[in-house]
Amino acid sequence: MPELFIELRSEEIPARMQKRAAEDLQRLVTEGLASAGLEFEEAIAHVTPRRLALSVSGLNKSTPDIKEERKGPGTDAPEQAIQGFLKAAGVTLDDCEIVEGKKGAFFVAKVARPGRPTPEVVSELMPQIINKFPWPKSMRWGSGQLRWVRPLQSVITTFNGRTVQYEVGGLTSGSKTIGHRFMSKGPITVKGLKDYIYNLHLANVVVDASERADTIRSDARKLSARHRLQLVEDETLIQETAGLVEWPVVLIGDFDSAFLAVPPEVIITSIKSHQKCFALRDKEGHLANRYLLVSNLIANDGGKKIIQGNNRVIAARLADAKFFWDLDKKTALESRLPELEKITFHAKLGTQRQRVERVEALAGEFGRIIGADVDNARLAAKLCKADLVTGMVGEFPELQGIMGAHYARAEGQEEEVAAAIAEHYKPQGPSDSVPQGKVAQAVALADKMDTLVGFWAIGEKPTGSKDPYALRRAALGVIRILLECNLRVLIVDSLIPAYRRVCMSSDPEALASVDETGPWRGKNVPIDLLELLEFFADRLKVYLRDQGVRHDLIDAVFSLGDQDDLLMIVKRVDALGKFLETEDGVNLLAGVKRATNILRIEEKKEAEKPEARRVDMTGKPLPNLLVQSEERELNRAIGAAIANTERSLLEEDFEAAMRALAKLRAPVDAFFDKVTVNADDPNFRENRLKLLNMIRTATEDVADFTKIEG
Amino acid sequence: MAAAGLNPTKSFQDLILTLHHYWTDHGCVILQPYDMEVGAGTFHPATTLRSLGPHPWRVAYVQPTRRPSDGRYGENPNRLQHYYQYQVTLKPSPDDLQELYLGSLAAIGIDHLNHDIRFVEDDWESPTLGAWGLGWEVWCDGMEISQFTYFQQVGGIDCAPVSGELTYGLERLAMYVQGIDNVYDLSFNGGTGDGRVSYGEVFLQAEEEYSRYNFEAADTQMLHGQFEDAERQCMALLEASADGRPMVLPAYDQCIKASHIFNLLDARGVISVTERQSYILRVRDLAKGCCQAWLGTAGGGAQQGEI
Repeated sequence: MPELFIELRSEEIPARMQKRAAEDLQRLVTEGLASAGLEFEEAIAHVTPRRLALSVSGLNKSTPDIKEERKGPGTDAPEQAIQGFLKAAGVTLDDCEIVEGKKGAFFVAKVARPGRPTPEVVSELMPQIINKFPWPKSMRWGSGQLRWVRPLQSVITTFNGRTVQYEVGGLTSGSKTIGHRFMSKGPITVKGLKDYIYNLHLANVVVDASERADTIRSDARKLSARHRLQLVEDETLIQETAGLVEWPVVLIGDFDSAFLAVPPEVIITSIKSHQKCFALRDKEGHLANRYLLVSNLIANDGGKKIIQGNNRVIAARLADAKFFWDLDKKTALESRLPELEKITFHAKLGTQRQRVERVEALAGEFGRIIGADVDNARLAAKLCKADLVTGMVGEFPELQGIMGAHYARAEGQEEEVAAAIAEHYKPQGPSDSVPQGKVAQAVALADKMDTLVGFWAIGEKPTGSKDPYALRRAALGVIRILLECNLRVLIVDSLIPAYRRVCMSSDPEALASVDETGPWRGKNVPIDLLELLEFFADRLKVYLRDQGVRHDLIDAVFSLGDQDDLLMIVKRVDALGKFLETEDGVNLLAGVKRATNILRIEEKKEAEKPEARRVDMTGKPLPNLLVQSEERELNRAIGAAIANTERSLLEEDFEAAMRALAKLRAPVDAFFDKVTVNADDPNFRENRLKLLNMIRTATEDVADFTKIEG
Repeated sequence: MAAAGLNPTKSFQDLILTLHHYWTDHGCVILQPYDMEVGAGTFHPATTLRSLGPHPWRVAYVQPTRRPSDGRYGENPNRLQHYYQYQVTLKPSPDDLQELYLGSLAAIGIDHLNHDIRFVEDDWESPTLGAWGLGWEVWCDGMEISQFTYFQQVGGIDCAPVSGELTYGLERLAMYVQGIDNVYDLSFNGGTGDGRVSYGEVFLQAEEEYSRYNFEAADTQMLHGQFEDAERQCMALLEASADGRPMVLPAYDQCIKASHIFNLLDARGVISVTERQSYILRVRDLAKGCCQAWLGTAGGGAQQGEI
């Protein structure tokens, strides 16, 4: 079956856009073919820095014939309407049949369109795709109007080995391309993907990006091993370098070992981010004074000049880094604090200096709550942003925190303080770990919470897909630290002083709802904090849902009210989940729901009665009216369950609370089996409703069972 | 490949002369540097203004470039507050611009069979000129040796046709081809023995003195005043231009002046973060005004009588 082959060759495509572009080309072409009725067996897209290529195989030579019937106007319709219909359908009156319908005779046009040759479809489709290609950023060049990521130089489109003719942006489609910029000469004629890959390989172009990445990976490992070194693996860098070359050649260079005095992160970052080179370690795991580079050339001199050149650039880079390292160490972190005044954190939330002062206070408070060394937590918080004004972080922003820790150690701060400075940005994403030590945890919590409280105070909350200050990530960070480190923090209570401090150092105009309060554990607290807690509840749900926890269980716990200790919430949800997996749990849930339903119906009935005649369902049932043994047994069981769950909840032993509730299952089942709630005797009815209400009361301290599904 | 008698790998000036020859052969007007302090070769009116409007234009020139904050008192082997850019602007950008550029590298002794030459994404933007373009920084064995840009907008105005702009950092390139690690050790004239003149002999004292001036001595009050003067004069000239007495090029000079004064104030550390943005916007407004006015002149492609 015929193959459609396309190559769009341009000047160098930015590495970061290549993968997506190949996917877009495949999608647009196959969608275009599909909408013309053309099916295919396989589509393969490739990309190099200078070309997008696509093969779509198993296509038919033409689109299918189309036969359809179109209902037209009645035979008695005005001539104009009939002519209009014929024109629209592209047929004459001879192609129409007359059909008798309920409302009289009408025309039916028999439209038959023969299939079109596939190349014709392609020749119309390709200019449209090229003209509207979704590059993230595109440009014009020369005197033309076409937009492409960089100037488009040639366009190949062949079908079944023959050129599909069309013009786009001043280019005429053809079947010729060229190979590697420096290692190949002359045009290469292309028929289809197979010969394209083969002939370009001869012309020193590896068409497949994953093959280039594989070559880089395995050559890098081999070359390291040959020098008894170990590659510092970096898959992102492999992918990026695979997007910078058409023919990868891995070479090894070196630098003066005196530079190894600079922290290893600096060396790795410097040679990686500026030079796209790989760092190496020796057998002991120490950074080596050698590195790997990926060139695009099999040089005539075996790469000597390339290595020399790269060595000089790396040496200059590392000299810069060493200069910053030596210079930065001369200034104590603490004496850099005034510099932070010059950095605006957010126009409405003051400077970094003000922010650091708030974080320091908050880190002390969290330190006390979670049992960290309070002085160290405050000190680490005070110093944690000082590296932002060092030369090194100015040069390598991604080393923030890490450099602060190095400078802290260099000036003799305790390890706990240094580690906290390094880790306080953690966790930075789902794959990042949480901070290890208590001091680091206190500072990390304070850093994130200050951000959250601040943005809530000025009303800049995330909406929809917009979260410019990464507040969701900050909240998720807090959640992970609390849960993974088993930390108990009452979010609302612990943030009240932080909120006050934010209000003092912020633009008063921006604090919209600062005077609004809401009830919390019997007092009034700022409404912003209650809304922030809701945000945490939402984030917690997302987090737990990702771990497969039922969201209704989370609702059932939040619905208890006054819940802001995330660790305890999760423990309770956990216990509830386990309980509901037992037979007792499932049956009790059914019983509680049944009780609640009956109560709801009866409450509605009562509400319709005049107030004086309403039955009060709250309060304890009268023992002397409990006539059936099942009633008496249930009453006794409820009393015991309430006492036991209360005690267990006080001890925060949720599993035990669930076990206490489980004992209700048999009496509840027996009660519903044998006892009629809506007894004829109104006294019995009232007493039994009270008993049902007690079931609800017994469970509602553990979770809101009405929120649980099933 | 270099013209007879020139040795671009041994002499800074021969490097420049070789590029002059090369670009002369490719139809460029060879201009001399613009006689004002600018932060980049792009500021030369032969690039900024000529890249707007319909007229074809090919130009190459050396432009001394002043970056006051980059001064290092002559102590850093790679950083200078005054250095040279070699600027080539081809309008419209020819289809073989990359090949032409690679040819110029071959001419100065960078042979592509032994050196790893790469085009690495780098989009260019000049906030003060309201200009941007897409292109690359060109790497030779891991070192950035040129900036390669297709201008899309200048002064906020679409470039049609599009100019291709090549900027060579001359000192860096010379250090590379001469195999020198310290800019001050470059051979300036290719001479030997007593006849050898180094880059340091020509510029070291200047670097020391200007660093002092830029960071310590420049009178900031005076500079503030000069900025305002330049801004006022620029706007007055643009108004006169709009009234039918075109003085767009003199107006643009004032814009260049304001831009340099801003760079000096910035180096003196007297501009706060928030002020910084507003200064940039003020210069950009001048640049936009000049570019708009340029389109109303013959050089900018206006027909007679049309403004």
